Amino acid sequence: MKNQDWKTKINTNTKVLGFWTAAWTLSMALATFGPRYIWEDNLVLTILGIALNAAFGIGMILANIRHLRGLDELQQKIQLEAMGVALGVGIVGGLSYSLLDTTNVISGDAEISFLVIIIALTYLVGIFIGLKKYK
Amino acid sequence: MKNRLKVLRAEMNMTQADLANEVLVSRQTINAIEKGKFDPSLPLAFKISRLFKLSIEEIFEDEV
Repeated sequence: MKNQDWKTKINTNTKVLGFWTAAWTLSMALATFGPRYIWEDNLVLTILGIALNAAFGIGMILANIRHLRGLDELQQKIQLEAMGVALGVGIVGGLSYSLLDTTNVISGDAEISFLVIIIALTYLVGIFIGLKKYK
Repeated sequence: MKNRLKVLRAEMNMTQADLANEVLVSRQTINAIEKGKFDPSLPLAFKISRLFKLSIEEIFEDEV
């Protein structure tokens, strides 16, 4: 394989991952707001919406695996370190957040969306730090 | 891990991008190896050694 082919493959894998991520995000919006604003709580359509979201989610996971496998070894190391930190923060932060809820330290319910945002931001910061570290 | 990559590359009049092209990694990876910030895997070290027609030990030096 020539380097140009390798770079083209990475670009293609990134675009495919972008497509599946966009499809998953849009289907998530559809499954969330569809029952309320489009099909008025029709159970069959709601289940179909959720199934579609899960299917796009599986596609996104497979595309992410393909994307990671296509990277070179340093890029994979940067990704691994960022994902390790994000996973750790997700578990520790998520359980602490859950404890705050169950012990009624916080007034509202713990929302999983907050946890997803924390994991995503931690991952982004991890990637940024990795790129700086190995620059 | 110390290495002679920069010197060997200069002797062959290669840029980091040229070397990256030959061994199928990004230029950033070559740069990180040259600076000793990243140790290459054995397969990558073999690719580099084949390119320069030297043994791995002649290019990379373990810092014990």
